[in-house]
Amino acid sequence: MSTWHDYVQRSGKVPEWPYPINYDKVNEVVTDVLVIGGGVSGLQAAINARKQGVKVAVVERGHAKRSGSGGAGVDHWHGAVTNPCSGVTPLTYTEACYDSMRGWTGGHVRYIITKESWDTLQECEQMGVQIRDVRDEFKGADFRDDETKLMFAYDYKTRHVIRVWGYNIKVKVYEEAKRVGVDIYNRMMTTSLLTEGGNQGGRVIGATAVDTRTGEFYIFRSKATIITTGGAARLTVFAPEITASGSMFDMNSSGVGQAIGWNAGAEFACMEASVPGMIIGFGYAPYSMANASNTYHGTPIVDADGKEVPWVDVFGRELKTVEDRFLPQEGQPFQLGIGIGISQTDQELRLNDLTHDLPERIRKGEFKLPLYADFTRLSEAERRCIWGMMVGNEGKTRIAIYDTMSKAGFDPDKDLFQAPVMPLNGYLNACYWVGGPNTPPTIRTLEGGGFLVDWNLKTNLEGLYVGAGFSLFGGGCHGESHTTGRYAGRHAAEYAKTAPEPSPDRNQIEAEKSRAYHATRQSKNGNGWKEINAAIARIMRDYCGEYKSEQTLNLGLRLLNELKTTEMESAYASNPHELGRLLECHSLITLGEIVLKASLERKASNSVLNFNRLDYPEMDPPEWNKLLPIHQEDNKVKVRELPLDFHLKAPYASDYEENYRKYSGV
Amino acid sequence: MSEKAYMIPNPPTPNKAVEFNPEICIGCNLCVDVCPTDVMMPNPEKKQPPIVVYPEECWYCGGCVEECPRPGAITMLHPTQQRISMNWKRKDTGELFRLGMKNPPPPNTRPPSG
Repeated sequence: MSTWHDYVQRSGKVPEWPYPINYDKVNEVVTDVLVIGGGVSGLQAAINARKQGVKVAVVERGHAKRSGSGGAGVDHWHGAVTNPCSGVTPLTYTEACYDSMRGWTGGHVRYIITKESWDTLQECEQMGVQIRDVRDEFKGADFRDDETKLMFAYDYKTRHVIRVWGYNIKVKVYEEAKRVGVDIYNRMMTTSLLTEGGNQGGRVIGATAVDTRTGEFYIFRSKATIITTGGAARLTVFAPEITASGSMFDMNSSGVGQAIGWNAGAEFACMEASVPGMIIGFGYAPYSMANASNTYHGTPIVDADGKEVPWVDVFGRELKTVEDRFLPQEGQPFQLGIGIGISQTDQELRLNDLTHDLPERIRKGEFKLPLYADFTRLSEAERRCIWGMMVGNEGKTRIAIYDTMSKAGFDPDKDLFQAPVMPLNGYLNACYWVGGPNTPPTIRTLEGGGFLVDWNLKTNLEGLYVGAGFSLFGGGCHGESHTTGRYAGRHAAEYAKTAPEPSPDRNQIEAEKSRAYHATRQSKNGNGWKEINAAIARIMRDYCGEYKSEQTLNLGLRLLNELKTTEMESAYASNPHELGRLLECHSLITLGEIVLKASLERKASNSVLNFNRLDYPEMDPPEWNKLLPIHQEDNKVKVRELPLDFHLKAPYASDYEENYRKYSGV
Repeated sequence: MSEKAYMIPNPPTPNKAVEFNPEICIGCNLCVDVCPTDVMMPNPEKKQPPIVVYPEECWYCGGCVEECPRPGAITMLHPTQQRISMNWKRKDTGELFRLGMKNPPPPNTRPPSG
């Protein structure tokens, strides 16, 4: 007995909603710092704000013990360039990211990350996360430093990416948040930011939310607010029947932070950037298939007859040994690693890889499908490390892959693990499980754009800070989320200490309350949230796809608005869960509008942002080499121009370290 | 023999995501408490396993299994289209295996590192 269908057919009864429903009941919470989003970034923000003695509340969509994109674990930690074994400096690393992106990423955010990533990881260690090989399981391995017992990923020479046993990292950070006295409100769908006087552009002084189990309404009053929410996987595709298990983003990932920020008047950069939606989940369960990328970097791949696929360095030279796969080769200063939130990497900083002509060589019959991962060709230490340490601690691998496959009898000492059988261009990217060709080409993913922040990780709005991976311009992935959250928490607390008491505008709250419950008061015959979500994704795919123009973008805006005033207006939520999902659809529409409006402003094609305007086909015209931050004033779009290196121009110093010293607060 | 039939929507895809063993599950609902997306809800009958209400919202993090105080009470089940794709081959014999096969090989009991 497990499924709803089973229950209904056994009992002949539809089970009643298990939680008491109290729509319209108002709860008011007063705090110094409010954190919106209880993922790894949000809890780090909360802990570090709390450490300064202020009162902190977190609003979380799921349950903060295990929620968020980073909640399912992590096996390697990027940007830890100040660890004692590192051969890379914060400046070198930051410039490598910034130059790889030709300036289209927040260099100041990158610098903050590299300055504090290792410190943040050491704090995770104090919370109970294992970051060293304390049991000497890998003693003497070439990826291990025997003095510090740290273990490294990708580049065993410059040693700036640290392998960690992070399957329980979220639980440990959660326990620390509870220990230091952070108040956590779970199952909260945040619907708006409150601003002084209810005015767009005013100081942010809290938020409103709906409990998605009880339906109760929450008003949070705060002196400072931090948004730490994630991305919006549901914006351009909604097919959970296919994608949910394959995605690295859960259903809660719906652009809520960006939407409430936009409505309050916060400023965004590069929201027009996107990439083909390879990781969106049309492939296979993450890490469930043989591949040679990311967690599996360096894994030998053989064909159906056992013939090994060669590895090459970044210049195309064949690598002779397995050990070479983990070392920068002649002409390379170091290898940057992948999964750090940048969409391209300069050639001399890339990783060694499977030979790039593999699709052609399969076509000619040199390698026969299916391909397999042959772990037996690795040293015992590397085999155990990849399958056992990394697969076993990465997001969605401990139960979903290691536990499941071990129970089913898979043994990396004896067995060959099969790769997907797919169209040949899928073998161009060694991360086979994302199943590149399986994802329809119309599907794209937002990548790289987000809240525009200053050196304090503060937005243009007084009282509003951001720490996150996907929703921050310049943000990254797991470790970067912890680190920016930690920094934003510190700064928001500092501000809150002297900030005036918040006094919310009652009209703003009443209007928001009425909007939030709208769907519960519609005809039971109305559309459900899934229908609406699918329509939003359809609009984004059709009108904001690979090729855009003034006409298509404006039509997209028109149709989003159509949806809002028709099918969405009459959509019905039969319980608080459906209400939460439907309110997320409102966020998705707002996020779609931000993307369409940002795309309209960039009247030029741009290769780094993967941005193609049919009406402005010239690629990368130099006069458009600038950020176009957008925000709303009186619900009208305002655009300004900002140089890519604004973070090193007045009012800031021209030097990264000098700015860091001035603003970091350490 | 004919069981009573109901007008009932098609089972969702996937329709399980997690499966409870009623012999082991004590209905403590700790899994319900932590699931990020409310995939399951408490059973109206006390001490009975939770009911999987929104299986298509599961993202397969395995948090419910990790949270469970009674090993074996919850099994995370990959959707069938993913299970059918997870295949392996014994190197020296060429024998083929897949996740969910009828007569699986004995389990590998080596725990993960850490």
